[in-house]
Amino acid sequence: MEVWKNHLARHSWWKFLAVALLFYTFYMGFMGDVPRMPILNETIRNLYFHVTMWMAMLVLMIVNAVYGILYLSRQDPYLDMVAEESATTAMVFGAAGLLTGMVWANYTWGAPWVNDPQLNGTAASLLIYAAYFILRNAVQDDRKRARLAAVYGIFAFVMMIVFIMVLPKMSDSLHPGKGGNPGFNKYDLDANMRAVFYPAVIGWTLLGVWITSLRVRIKKIASHYHD
Amino acid sequence: MHARHFVRLLQHEFALEWKNRQTLTSLVVYSLSTIFITYLSYRHRLDLSTWNALFWIITLFAATNAVARSFLQESRGLQFFYYTLLHPATVILAKTCYNILLLFILSLLNFAVFLLFFELPHFHILQFITGLFLGCFGLSTVLTLVSGIVAKAQGGAALVAILAFPLLFPLLSSVLEFSGNALQGHDWSANESSLLLLIALNSILVALSYLLFPYLWRE
Repeated sequence: MEVWKNHLARHSWWKFLAVALLFYTFYMGFMGDVPRMPILNETIRNLYFHVTMWMAMLVLMIVNAVYGILYLSRQDPYLDMVAEESATTAMVFGAAGLLTGMVWANYTWGAPWVNDPQLNGTAASLLIYAAYFILRNAVQDDRKRARLAAVYGIFAFVMMIVFIMVLPKMSDSLHPGKGGNPGFNKYDLDANMRAVFYPAVIGWTLLGVWITSLRVRIKKIASHYHD
Repeated sequence: MHARHFVRLLQHEFALEWKNRQTLTSLVVYSLSTIFITYLSYRHRLDLSTWNALFWIITLFAATNAVARSFLQESRGLQFFYYTLLHPATVILAKTCYNILLLFILSLLNFAVFLLFFELPHFHILQFITGLFLGCFGLSTVLTLVSGIVAKAQGGAALVAILAFPLLFPLLSSVLEFSGNALQGHDWSANESSLLLLIALNSILVALSYLLFPYLWRE
């Protein structure tokens, strides 16, 4: 893990890759060929943005939980910085994913907000991480803040996984692949779409990691000046 | 973790509560007046899903009131005393266990009064009370741990509500589904998957607070 971290810090190839992949996503997202589907029509292009940003959010929340666990075992302030900033970036991606999803829902399901377990799950995770930041702001002492935030963050992550992964499978959902609805990959995520979808997931995730790493560096400099 | 310490701590919690009965009375009065306000605002028979939602929202607030204080009311001296003598896991388990019992008794009372004001046609009482117990179990577990976090952050009871409510979404949505089925008078078989989900969720909650609390303890 240390080796991997140092590699990402010293080399910038992955930043160029992120930009290239996102340019590709935007170009193919607006100009590429998509299957003609009833109801979905051209809105299927939103798959490259809505679903992929949501997945980037999930990756960043995993980073938050992992760094929380690492902090509890090693007590290194740097680990807490990464945990905090990955949660910040995750909130941004979560909000963007929710907004793009609402636009999509408005055109396909007829309303921007429908009572769907997956929608509720995303709203719940945004609220959970909002509470995480409220806790952080309520504590003055750095070490105590880091410890309490790590404990809350780990608890919050497990609850979020239950809410977005387990509960939607137990009840009906309008989303594809749930509650008897056919999954996307069954009939329309054809090879052309896959060729955009997977690069888009990687592109958004790399962008999230990049933003997080910049914010961590700013924090490091700020804490250096404070001392 | 020692069984002897656990039992002793549990006895201590009960003795403390009994000695200071006014908090107990205030919890009961709080729930009764909330239910009465609900009654005054509705005045007629509720349909099942409204009944279910209102009952659980009242239980949620009663639980926050009852459990939030569990670490907040302790003096720093008492915390140091526990710290030197006991294992953290014993403390969290004893407190959680006490809060589950307290909340369950309080909710049974709430349920009886709620039923008096808003009667129900026919429902599966044993199933509903099982749901009530599992709901109180989860609510107490989460709120006790969050109360521990907030006590360390030197925050107030309002912070407990802010931090705990988002964590309670999955529990509340599954308990609402379970008790909704019980209120419709369905058989146990209709509720099997919800029951398993609730038991699994409660086990996860207990495991998490058992694992995470020792890190709060360390100063």
